[in-house]
Parts: sequence; structure tokens; C-alpha cells
Amino acid sequence: MPSFVIPEKCDGCKGGEKTACMYICPNDLMVLNTEEMKAYNQEPDGCWECFSCVKICPQGAIEVRSYSDIVPLGGSVVPLRASDSIMWTIKFRNGNLKRFKFPIRTTPEGSIKPFEGKPEPTAADLDNELLFTEIGKTLPTP
Amino acid sequence: MALPNKPLGELPAVENPEIAEHECDILIVGGGMAACGTAYEIRKWAPDAKVILVDKASLERSGAVAQGLSAINTYLGENNPADYVKMVRNDLMGIVREDLIYDLGRHVDDSVDLFEEWGLPIWKQKGDEGKTLKEGGKPVRSGKWQIMINGESYKCIVAEAAKMALGEQNIMERIFIVKLLLDANKPNTIAGAVGFSTRENKVHVFKCKTMMVACGGAVNVFRPRATGEGMGRAWYPVWNAGSTYTMCAEVGAELTMMENRFVPARFKDGYGPVGAWFLLFKAKAMNALGENYMARNKAMLEEYPPYGLAKVPATCLRNHLMLKEMKEGRGPIIIDTATALAELGKNMTPKEMKHLEAEAWEDFLDMSVGQAGIWAGMNIEPEKVPSEIMPTEPYLLGSHSGCCGIWVSGPNEDWVPADYKWGYNRMTTVNGLFTAGDGVGASGHKFSSGSHAEGRQTAKMMARYIRDNAGFAPALKQSAKELADEVYKPVKIYNQFKGASTSADVNPNYIKPRGFMFRLIKTSDEYAAGAAALYMTSGPMLKRCMELLAWLREDSEKLAAGDLHELMRAWEQYHRLGTVESHVRHMLFREETRYPGFFYRSDFPKVDEENWKCFVNSKYDPEKKEWSVFKKTWHQIIPE
Repeated sequence: MPSFVIPEKCDGCKGGEKTACMYICPNDLMVLNTEEMKAYNQEPDGCWECFSCVKICPQGAIEVRSYSDIVPLGGSVVPLRASDSIMWTIKFRNGNLKRFKFPIRTTPEGSIKPFEGKPEPTAADLDNELLFTEIGKTLPTP
Repeated sequence: MALPNKPLGELPAVENPEIAEHECDILIVGGGMAACGTAYEIRKWAPDAKVILVDKASLERSGAVAQGLSAINTYLGENNPADYVKMVRNDLMGIVREDLIYDLGRHVDDSVDLFEEWGLPIWKQKGDEGKTLKEGGKPVRSGKWQIMINGESYKCIVAEAAKMALGEQNIMERIFIVKLLLDANKPNTIAGAVGFSTRENKVHVFKCKTMMVACGGAVNVFRPRATGEGMGRAWYPVWNAGSTYTMCAEVGAELTMMENRFVPARFKDGYGPVGAWFLLFKAKAMNALGENYMARNKAMLEEYPPYGLAKVPATCLRNHLMLKEMKEGRGPIIIDTATALAELGKNMTPKEMKHLEAEAWEDFLDMSVGQAGIWAGMNIEPEKVPSEIMPTEPYLLGSHSGCCGIWVSGPNEDWVPADYKWGYNRMTTVNGLFTAGDGVGASGHKFSSGSHAEGRQTAKMMARYIRDNAGFAPALKQSAKELADEVYKPVKIYNQFKGASTSADVNPNYIKPRGFMFRLIKTSDEYAAGAAALYMTSGPMLKRCMELLAWLREDSEKLAAGDLHELMRAWEQYHRLGTVESHVRHMLFREETRYPGFFYRSDFPKVDEENWKCFVNSKYDPEKKEWSVFKKTWHQIIPE
């Protein structure tokens, strides 16, 4: 189900340096038309439906309409992603609704201190097969 | 209505792009789990080295884990690496590099511990909530090797650690590396790479002393089952274009097991994962008559000892049994989600039942949201309605139940056979060129965690390599301008000929990437055992395939691109072509059917242990521009 942009909601990220959807799309699909200041999906059949653009859009302007060659119309899957959890709203074609909330992270965004409390390898350690966090361990052998 | 004679994208390409030249000690090409592992580890081993990581997308959501994952499929925990080798060996029909797999098994848990420390929520058994794996917390296992996670932000977390460790200023995003470069003076030695920005008209030339290339496997190399919008819903990430294999092969890196492929059987069309449904929720698959076809066709497994006789038979053989049902008209194949949930819910409170339902949905929402969209559009509530499963189009990759890739050195330790090691663990046969994740061949089942751990291993080895080769000053054979002209050739072709037609896409002088891709996947599908041919081929079919691909290779000189997005697609198709050629070349060489259920050779329909219990390797000679394909000895390291 390729992503699509709702024109009334998209503000082109106000012409900022990074248009959020364009910044995040792993397949380079989302582009900004600078005349209209609106984003669009330039290659819908290259869309993996990863929802990265939907999750990141600050205006909630991007949704996904299921692949036209596979799925009957009428359903929708809409995420609302916070810093520690994500809420999904599923609407079925028959109108039924389901809502799920899942944790996504146990630490605050941007808080990772990659080397804090980790061993410091010495030059001599470079000649064994241990990763730096494994220093002092003995690797098993068959 | 305007004439359709303009470039499509918002970023038109110009004839003569700006050129930027960069020098570094260590270049990391790729941004997925493996590359993030390298980025995390490298600073500790090469604190003063200049390191650059180049990603085609943005690190936060690039690679196979971009969307998230609902499980980590390789976590050893209480298991030992020898048992891990036995599992992988059986699943991949015997022929694997046991040294690489054993080695990975020794390191993988260390990466999983880091993920949890960084903030990845990992499910724990009752009573162990709040206890980390490192503190002895028991994970919820969906199988012997898999653990369940809340993995929507898995990649964001791993990327954040990589960025913090390497320094954001050393990460270049939206640059697509398209060619690796050999040293001008030292034979068979890597010296750099060239690529271009997908955001501005700029070619980037890198000089480096050593390099790690991990750009994933190859997707859309066969005609997919969906050819409309649904073409994007590939099982593996649609942006993986075989760049790893083609770029490394072109500088002479030896490939291994390129005949191997993976045809996952998944929820139909959305390619939602089946692992949790089969292993955790204990769902059963059946044919349209309600028969358990694994039981019905059990005798077919007995034809493939020992691979079919294991507790969990090899993945390809499970496909083999499903295909019999499809061929004989007993489809659709059904996964009975409703009965499974009803069984599990028998002794549950309504609250527990609700939790179980959420777990079932999360499995899709974490990693394959499109499948949830299919359930929504088709009114499928899994506790009430079963779903269809089906084998997909073929994929080429070095993880999961696949093991094509590059021939690399194993660990430099006594237990590793002499012909498996040449000094630096995970180095290819090109000096200074390393790979990890989907790049490493004959060593499947790494998944996300194993790819990260393997990327970390290459970091240390690259640090050792630059220490041992301190005097090496890389020099490129071509000038930056010559390289830029080569990279921008599709733009030049487009500009040269665009006036010859009122339509930008239909022009007798060139071929657009889109048309090129359709020609490639039609050819592979029809002749090289694609889904439409029910995965059947033969020597004559494969030879014809190579003839058709030879014309496509000639026409790759005429790929045309009017904008930067299309230029990216042009090079992706070029990489796909090289990968498919290698696949077909190897399929033709291996005269047996090693992977029934993934593909069949009608002229050699059986597994032939006597003649083919060996690797098939191939190598391109960049000087002579010739391919050679040959057998390589397989060693058993772990006893049965």
C-alpha cells in the first residue's frame, strides 16, 4: 500500500532544509515539489510500505492506501508514534476497528552513550579475535 | 496536456556534476545492521583513523531492518555454537562454511546485549520482567534460536549507537556507491570507491586503505508475484539491488554459492512473517482439503537424508512439500490462525486473550505493516479467519535460509582449515576489501543480530589491516573526472538522444532503468526457475538465459537517466544484472538439484552428494575481463 500525501495537511516542512519524508524514505521515493510546496510519492510501485514517512511526518499528512493490485478498498492502518511507544489504529473494510499500543524503546531518544562503562582495549588486543566488549573472555573453539 | 518528453523527477541531472574527492583510512559502504556494527566497533580499534560511512539512504531507517522487526532470530543464550552450526548446516543442505558460522555464534549474543542496553525492548518470561538478558533474564523464545522483541524502533536504536560511536560528521547519507576501485600499483588491492549524491549533482570519489562493503542482498531480481503497485511489497527490502555482490565481483572478489537462493513461504501477498505463527502460536498449515501436507507428504522428506529427517527439515524441503500440493491443485495453502489462537486461549482470561491478539498483530505491525493492511482490507481477523500462505519469488542473500555471497577468510585460529583463512577474518580475496551480513557467502542464518556482530568483527580486522600495511598509500587508476564521466554516463546518454522522440521513455537509442528491470526479471523468471516456472529450469534453459542476458549487458551501455532518482535506478539495475548473471552462471555449473523447493534442474533432479558436496565458486578477472567457475573443497568441522 503506497504512501500518499494529504494536500491540506502537507506544508512541505515549510521549505526547511530537510523535508521529513524525503529525509527518511529508504527508497528515495518521497520528493518535494517546490512550486506547490507539497510532497508526493514519485514511484508508488517501489514503496515497501515501511511507514517510515507516515511515522515521521510532523503534520500527520501521510497515509497509506493498500496496493491497488492486491487489496480491496476501504481498510486502513494508521500509526501514531511517540518517543517510547506506538499506537496503531486498524480499520477494516467492514468498518470494524482495532487499536493496539506497543512499547518501542526503554531509553530516551538520543541518550545512548556507546562506550560508557565498556572496556578499553590495548594495542596488544588487536591480535586476538575478541570484540572490544569481550576483552578478558575466552572464546570457545570446536 | 504536455508532451511526455521531460525527465520525471524533481531533481534533474546535469551533464557535468560537481566532483568531491575524499581521503580516509577506512571506508564503510552501506548503512544497515552490518555497517552499523562496524561503525560502533571501529573507534575502539582505530581511534585515530579517518573513517567514513557512506549510506544510500539515511542511517535511521536504512537496510533490511528499516521497518523494524518482531524478533531477533539469532540469539544463542543457553545453546552452544556447535549446535548452531548443525542447525544452519542442515537447513542449507549441508554445504556451508562451518568456521564462519561457529565464529558468528561465539559473538552474536554480545550484540544482542548491547541492543537491550541501548533501549530495545526484549520480551521476558513471566517473573523475569525487568531483568536484562545479561542479568540472566529469560527471553521469550519463539524457537530454539529466536527471541521476541518490541522491535518497531530496532534500526533507529542501532543507528543512534552507530552515529554516537563514529561521530555524525563521519557519516555521509544519500550517497550511492556504484563502483569499487583497485589500486594503481599494488595488484589485487582495494584503494577506493566512487558514487554520487541522490540530492545534488555531485560525484564523490573516495580513496581508502581498507573498506567494508555491506549493501544487503538482491531483491526484484526475479519477476515478483505482484507486478502492479504491489511490486514494492517485496519480502526483503526492495532497495537491495545486489550492489554488494556486483561491486565486489567486478574488482575480482571470489564469489561462493551464488547458485543458492531463498524462496520464503510467507503470508500471501503481504509477505508477513510466519515464524511466530508456526513456532510461538503453534499454527498448522494445510491444503484446501484441510490436510496437513507435511504429514501427508512425509515420504518426500525421507528422499533427502539427512536434511529431510531432522526435527526441523531444511526450509527448501518444506517448500518442496508445499509445491506438490500447489502443482496437484490442492491449493490454496492455508495457515489456520483461528484454531491456533483458540487452542492457546483455552485456559486464558479475557484479558490474557486480548494480549495474545495484540501479540499476533504486533508480529506484522513491527516488520510487515502491509500485511496488516491486507488483513484490514480483506476483513481478516486472525482469531476468526485463516490466511493464505505461498512461496514468493526468489531472493538472493547471505542470511536467513540463503547463503550466496562472497568467499571470505575465516578466523586466523588453529581449528580453521588452512584453505579457509588468509590472515584477516571476513576479508574477501581482494586485499583490504571486507564484507559482512548478506555479503558473506556460505554462512546463512545470521539475521539482524549476526549481521551486526559480523560488522563489528570486520572493524577490528580493518584496524589490524591498516596497522600491518602502514606504508600503503592508495592510488587510483583513473582520474576523478574520468570516474565522474563513467558514473554520469546514463545522464549523458539521455541528453544526447532525448531529442529523437516526443516521449522520454520510448526512444530507439537508449533504455530507461524501468524497462531494463522488466526485461531482466522477465528473463530470470522464465528461464532461471522463477515463480512462474514453478522454480523449474535445466541446462538448455539456463544457457538460453545467459544468451538473453548477454544482450541485456550490451544494452546496459545504453541505460539513460534524466533525473537523479532515475540515475540511482540505472545503477541499481546494473548491479542487479551482475548478480543475476552470477546466479545463473553458478546454477548452470552445479549439475544437481541441491535445493528442491527453491529450484529444480530437470536434467539433474536429485541431490548428488558424491559429486557436488562442495562449494561452487566463481571469479572475475578484472584485467582479462573473464569469468571462471570452479569447485572448492567443503570441510566438515563440527561432527554430526
